Amino acid sequence: MQKSWRHRFHLPAVIGTIPMILVALGVFVIGIGFSVLWSFTSSKLFPTYDFVGLAQYRRLWADNRWLVSVNNIWFFGLMSITCNMVFGYLLAVFMDQRIRQEDLFRSIFLYPFAMSLIVTGLVWQWALDPNLGLQEALRNWGWSSFSFAPLVSAETALYALVVAGIWQGSGVTMAILLAGLRGIDEDIWKAARVDGIPTWRTHVSIVAPMMKGAFATAFVLQCVGVVRVYDLVIAMTGGGPGIATSMPAVYVIQLITVRQNVGQGMAGATMMLLPVLIVLAFSGILLWRRNRLREAGA
Amino acid sequence: MAQNGTSVSIQDLSLSFGVVTVLETLNLDVAEGEFIVLLGPSGCGKSTLLNCIAGLLDVSEGSIFIKGKNVTWEEPKDRGIGMVFQSYALYPQMTVEKNLSFGLRVAGTPKDEIAKRIARAAEILQIEPLLQRKPAALSGGQRQRVAIGRALVRDVDVFLFDEPLSNLDAKLRAELRVEIKLLHRKLQNTMIYVTHDQIEAMTLADRIAVMKGGVIQQLDAPQTIYNRPVNRFVAGFLGSPAMNFIDGQAETGATAAFKTGNVSIPLARYAFDAAGNSSGPCVFGIRPEHVALGEAANAMPFAIDAAVEIVEPMGSDTLVWTKLGGQNFSFRVEAEKTLRNGEPIRIGFDPARASLFDSQSGNRM
Ligand SMILES: Nc1ncnc2c1ncn2[C@@H]1O[C@H](COP(=O)(O)OP(=O)(O)O)[C@@H](O)[C@H]1O
Ligand SMILES: [Mg+2]
Repeated sequence: MQKSWRHRFHLPAVIGTIPMILVALGVFVIGIGFSVLWSFTSSKLFPTYDFVGLAQYRRLWADNRWLVSVNNIWFFGLMSITCNMVFGYLLAVFMDQRIRQEDLFRSIFLYPFAMSLIVTGLVWQWALDPNLGLQEALRNWGWSSFSFAPLVSAETALYALVVAGIWQGSGVTMAILLAGLRGIDEDIWKAARVDGIPTWRTHVSIVAPMMKGAFATAFVLQCVGVVRVYDLVIAMTGGGPGIATSMPAVYVIQLITVRQNVGQGMAGATMMLLPVLIVLAFSGILLWRRNRLREAGA
Repeated sequence: MAQNGTSVSIQDLSLSFGVVTVLETLNLDVAEGEFIVLLGPSGCGKSTLLNCIAGLLDVSEGSIFIKGKNVTWEEPKDRGIGMVFQSYALYPQMTVEKNLSFGLRVAGTPKDEIAKRIARAAEILQIEPLLQRKPAALSGGQRQRVAIGRALVRDVDVFLFDEPLSNLDAKLRAELRVEIKLLHRKLQNTMIYVTHDQIEAMTLADRIAVMKGGVIQQLDAPQTIYNRPVNRFVAGFLGSPAMNFIDGQAETGATAAFKTGNVSIPLARYAFDAAGNSSGPCVFGIRPEHVALGEAANAMPFAIDAAVEIVEPMGSDTLVWTKLGGQNFSFRVEAEKTLRNGEPIRIGFDPARASLFDSQSGNRM
């Protein structure tokens, strides 16, 4: 027993990772624990331990602003993830044609991801600002009736966020999917050509299913980005016009810092954690089942 | 074998990748129903040639005819070929049945026709119990059988194999080799088979094309290639254990002989190539199994005394190393023969079975 423990955990490695383990424990477990705990209290500006059961959750789900936020994140998430995947895959296929200057293109596509979302948001905000950006530029060039100001209209602001999200995220998706594409045996392509399968069909029916892992990685990255989307919204719209582009993270931060309602804010944070936990549990079960099947098969 | 007419004809084929020329004005005619093996070391352009025939690579120059039709610029699917790859290249997310049927379904073949062809292929290859499995649940040999099945259901004239057995272990390789031979006998299709394994080439081929550096060195029946290699490369590439090579001088005239050190091997019985009867530095080659020992050696046209240096028992027979004219020399004896290191022996052979190569060009003399 002693020996196998020593065998599995080298002392230097354990010592080296202790700070990381402490940080992870402190930040994630303890932090999350307190968030959940306070979500059951009537905490206002400062946390208290006056437990009120599910009252904060009831108030949260009665708040129109929260409901709008939840709606927004679904829309933003579905749109930006779907488009990111599609664009990312198309870009990866384009890059996989062994084009010249591949490095240049890859840098261009990856560049938005290297920038902070605040910068991305500001750049897009400027570009779409009616008095600074595209609209003003085209009007100055003589198209005086041109009107394009998506950020000031409640109907279009969310679409502008989606576009910025795609611009920012499809490069990484491309990089991950390109690695997946490159990992596919060249003989598969040859076999499909001999079989007379059209290229698009080979992509859809053979290659994409083989890239499940790459797609899953890209998908998880995108999901994480969506759940915690905050800086992009703050930089581009501040959640406005009105509450049109509010998102759960924006809502929670505002509750805590502006409306000084820690209890309800923590209820919102806990609700944000829930889907992540569900997904984690789901993938955990899937993995466990697959391992068991493999062991049974072997 | 039904050999009427030409099945595949390659004319003045050249292929370059940028500045690297892999194949240069290559010509090859394959008769209908023939089993041709392209044999050569890694990187000699065998796969490149096969991919050109399949239409997976665009040729730089020359043309390819299949069944009399110029297919140089046809798509692979329209060439009437089926191909089997070293890595199997099965579609991993599909069951065996779907692997076999996918190409046909995309082509719009009627359902009952697909079912018929799959049933036939599955029966020939004995993969009926595997039809509902995914490739990951198959052994290497079963995967390769499915890959052959995928070529089979296409109902084509020409089968192309690119090192189909190289990923298998030795035992399976031997088994599947026999199966491919039986398959060829049954189907009577034209087959072009790429390998670097000389045993596969010798056992399977009607004719072997030995390649080196993108050039076909010799195209002949296996026995001819084995017994009368046209150059030193071919001689050394085929045969295991390898042919003995002894450097020396050829002397022609009334008493033609090969001389090395103080050894003189008479060449009166050696059948010189018409052009090759010349004197000068050359290499004398004789295969280990053509050397006789003891009494049998004395009956040979040439015999000499030697001493055992190393004995390598190989199970079915034993390889014995000695020296001839100061150079390493090996020969085979039955496994029952017990020889001790340093034991004096008498060895002999018939120079008619030898091969003589020019030292400079390496060509047969
Ligand atoms: N796509 C390619 N680009 C450049 N060179 C290649 C390419 N494919 C093959 N080659 C070169 O062509 C030569 C022959 O390759 P190949 O036909 O695969 O050899 P073999 O199948 O006989 O081992 C090799 O030297 C290889 O480096
Ligand atoms: Mg090869």
